[in-house]
Amino acid sequence: MGVKLLLDKAHIEGIRTYEVYRQNGGYASVEKALKMTPEAIVEEVKKSGLRGRGGAGFPTGMKWSFIAKPEGVPRHLVCNADESEPGTFKDRYLMEFIPHLLIEGLIVSSFALGSSATYIYIRGEYAWIPDILEQAIAEAKANGWLGKNILNTGFDCEIYVQRGAGAYICGEETALIESLEGKRGNPRIKPPFPAVKGVWDRPTVVNNVETLAAVVPVINMGGEEYAKIGVGRSTGTKLISACGNINKPGVFEIDMTISVEEFIYSDEYCGGIANGKRLKACIPGGSSVPILPANLLLKTAKGETRYMNYESLSDGGFATGSMMGSGGFIVLDEDQCVVKNTYTLARFYRHESCGQCSPCREGTGWMEKILKKIDSGKGTREDIDLLWDIQRKIEGNTICPLGDAAAWPVAAAIRHFRDEFEWHVDHPEECLRRNYGLAHYADEREVLA
Amino acid sequence: MAFSEERLKKVSEIVARYPEGKQKSALIPVLHLAQEQFGWLSAATMDYVASLLSLEPIEVYEVATFYSMFNLKPVGKYMFEVCQTGPCMINGSDDIIAYIGEKLGIKPGETTSDGMFTLKAVECLGACGYAPMMQLGKFYREHLTREKVDAIIAECRSNAAANN
Ligand SMILES: Cc1cc2nc3c(=O)[nH]c(=O)nc-3n(C[C@H](O)[C@H](O)[C@H](O)COP(=O)(O)O)c2cc1C
Ligand code: SF4
Ligand code: FES
Repeated sequence: MGVKLLLDKAHIEGIRTYEVYRQNGGYASVEKALKMTPEAIVEEVKKSGLRGRGGAGFPTGMKWSFIAKPEGVPRHLVCNADESEPGTFKDRYLMEFIPHLLIEGLIVSSFALGSSATYIYIRGEYAWIPDILEQAIAEAKANGWLGKNILNTGFDCEIYVQRGAGAYICGEETALIESLEGKRGNPRIKPPFPAVKGVWDRPTVVNNVETLAAVVPVINMGGEEYAKIGVGRSTGTKLISACGNINKPGVFEIDMTISVEEFIYSDEYCGGIANGKRLKACIPGGSSVPILPANLLLKTAKGETRYMNYESLSDGGFATGSMMGSGGFIVLDEDQCVVKNTYTLARFYRHESCGQCSPCREGTGWMEKILKKIDSGKGTREDIDLLWDIQRKIEGNTICPLGDAAAWPVAAAIRHFRDEFEWHVDHPEECLRRNYGLAHYADEREVLA
Repeated sequence: MAFSEERLKKVSEIVARYPEGKQKSALIPVLHLAQEQFGWLSAATMDYVASLLSLEPIEVYEVATFYSMFNLKPVGKYMFEVCQTGPCMINGSDDIIAYIGEKLGIKPGETTSDGMFTLKAVECLGACGYAPMMQLGKFYREHLTREKVDAIIAECRSNAAANN
């Protein structure tokens, strides 16, 4: 069993309630942190090596140290619970089953950043979760962990839950801020960064749910101890939401030392490929990151074991690697069609583009159309080249990273599965009746055997 | 066109969460309240919300049209929003969507003529490990099968009959 720091108590009966949570050591980090200075807390978080769990992996302590502190201007912490990247459902799990952990992390983080009004921005479709969070907030407040003059420190803090209304783009931090201000979710041009001008033009830090929950063990253990878990710059634990064709889909907490192979095949995690099928491909970090064929997933291009951590998953760059991303781990078995899967993702990004930049607005529409055409057996070889061309013209030419996020899955699918695209084009009728299958992407484990 | 007393109280509570003069931040939460009460957002409803928050009507229209959860047309009493994105697709969401369509005699985007059901194919709802799935009102229905769909439709019909 690996180390668990976030979900270790998630299965205790009644852990959603304040009493049980408190009896099991809950809110100890608030007691400890409120005796420290905010600067000392930021230092601990820096020492822990904690990196943002929302997708980009930016060091949290460093981000916190950038927040501007102009005289007399309030600052805000905003918790990003928009969780809309296909394949990702870990924050939901955390909020549903151990809500007090997030509230505890928010109180410590609010104190460190000087936020007296902290907002949780949660995707609108998670419509039943605000009730759970608001209940936890009310209990925390009733027990003196929130409100005025918390633990006699003079620190006041309130936490509010704000629902979105169905827009993936509002997970992007500046779009989230716009949405919190009651506007359309159009990302802002940076700079200015939110740390200087965020919500209502005030200095703002936006962090992911899991990041803020992880502040609890960081404070409880101390940054140095936390940093000993994991490997290299992948410190601590990470929540992975695993889905697709596996025996045990769900949310797992891993310390980042296990191999991808162990994660997929061990009974402690995914429990192997469902229905006795073979592994074809995997999108290891949410729909935006490059898809990898089985052989490159389990081993790097250099033939080394690939591990479930930031560095190893991105080993080889985009040519032969992928990314940790949001931890949305999507597994495809031998019967899945890469063209069709890529088409559904392209449709997703077209639907979610805010439309501000023409490369993203037009490009996502074209990619969807061409992929649909190829998937339905009406594509040509030129279409594959055109698709490649379009994704290249989007990448790097837009206001926010959604453009890149739309381009990368298409690029990786063509890079690693071009023969499957070509087979579709060359077999317009057969491709409607059956899938391409494994071809040469066969499960590395069998190739080795 | 007006909110109940209770909802008006809720609006004041929400507005109080933001700094003075930033009541526009309450717009999305208040539109949710409006949709809960009226089922969808008509122009008259949006104008009412604008007046509640001292906004120009255009500010409300802009926002209501941006977010996919806001219904700008009337919808059925029960809306089946079935996820069709990659992870759900590889677990058979296409079949579930087709089956619901067949059972109800409608295509995605349509409402049954008795106004009871609307079928929508939507994008990832954050339940990818429990696929195929749909949103029905406030909650998710996960691990869908044809049998479960039959049971859900029957459940809706009997709830509707009980409420009449
Ligand atoms: C299109 C897009 C969608 C995003 N969606 C989310 C999201 O749902 N949740 C999240 O935490 N971060 C999301 N992010 C990343 C945020 O912009 C931001 O980096 C993150 O919330 C920072 O928190 P962290 O440092 O704790 O990871 C998204 C980014 C982009 C470009
Ligand atoms: S890249 Fe796409 S989503 Fe991002 S701002 Fe431009 S149009 Fe909007
Ligand atoms: S893909 Fe259907 S819920 Fe995520």
